[in-house]
Amino acid sequence: MIGRALIHVPATAKRGDVIEIKTLVSHIMETGYRIGVTGQPIPRDIIDDFVCTYNGEEVFRATFYPAVAANPFISFFTVATENGTLAFSWTDQQGATRVQTAQIKVE
Amino acid sequence: MPAAQLARIAVLITALACAAMAAAAEIPLDQRRSDSSFVSPDTRAMQNDGTANPGMLAVLDGETLWNEKAGETHKSCADCHGDAAAGMKGVAARYPAFDAQLGRPVDLEQRINMSRAGDQKAAALPFESKELLALTVYIAHQSNGLPVAVAEDAQTTPFIEAGRAIFERHQGQLGLSCAQCHDDNWGKELAGNPIPQAEPTGYPIYRLEWQEIGSLQRRVRGCMSAVRAEPYDYGAPELVNLELFLMWRARGMTMEAPAVRP
Repeated sequence: MIGRALIHVPATAKRGDVIEIKTLVSHIMETGYRIGVTGQPIPRDIIDDFVCTYNGEEVFRATFYPAVAANPFISFFTVATENGTLAFSWTDQQGATRVQTAQIKVE
Repeated sequence: MPAAQLARIAVLITALACAAMAAAAEIPLDQRRSDSSFVSPDTRAMQNDGTANPGMLAVLDGETLWNEKAGETHKSCADCHGDAAAGMKGVAARYPAFDAQLGRPVDLEQRINMSRAGDQKAAALPFESKELLALTVYIAHQSNGLPVAVAEDAQTTPFIEAGRAIFERHQGQLGLSCAQCHDDNWGKELAGNPIPQAEPTGYPIYRLEWQEIGSLQRRVRGCMSAVRAEPYDYGAPELVNLELFLMWRARGMTMEAPAVRP
């Protein structure tokens, strides 16, 4: 299950500024390689896709594999072009998605 | 090996052991440092950035639980205590605290479960459960920036001293005491990692090795296993005494929960 997320987007920016975006999402990221107390492997359970869109346009995408630590933290840069909404979506291997948005004001 | 040589080695070992014991002394108050100062700059930056510190996810969960109705009385923590930012400010800095009914100190986790049993008529949350850690770290987070201030009076002093006795006692197959590392050899390295002073100002912590948040009891039990001693059970009075001694040892230092540790 994908838990809650923390997102940092600057509230305001100048047009053309390069802005840093930081996201942190709660997830166990179970690798599938560990053995549980009963001797059975613990099934793999990971987020495998992350996308950020800026007013509908994709500006960042990442694909995850089992070596990513629990509670993945992603930081990346984009250019502030216009007022609008940044939408972040995390999708796990079962296809469940969590979407969270943040607003940015561009002067 | 000839007997004379063996005897010389035995004398040398005894001399070293005596030297180690003689060195045992409390860290002077002005030389105490937060354990955050021993971690790498990257880990410290992670701790100090509210979006990068994974412990903050547990703080958010704790906030939800604080406002959630629970138990037969159908009351939330907030129904009695109100806004945690005001009501819980400084509380964690005073724990473990003496409980008159039990006649011994209880730590924050135990206090939360006492409130659940007494006021909410709800089932106790198991030690190290996600829910108990979330509530604990949410409450602890409200004390950030405040000095550790456990009570030091006629009631608590015997328990602080009991905790000190455990801290200074040689334990396990390796025969090490907490003090040998954390009083005598802090700042040096053990298996390539710096030995911190063991000041519990940032608990519950997010430990990168654990990939999750955990309590001071979990951390202390980990150290006990590492010296090949049998750890006390979660909630054992001895473990609470040790927590109390550690917090007293860190008196006046700044609270910083949830800390991030390697």
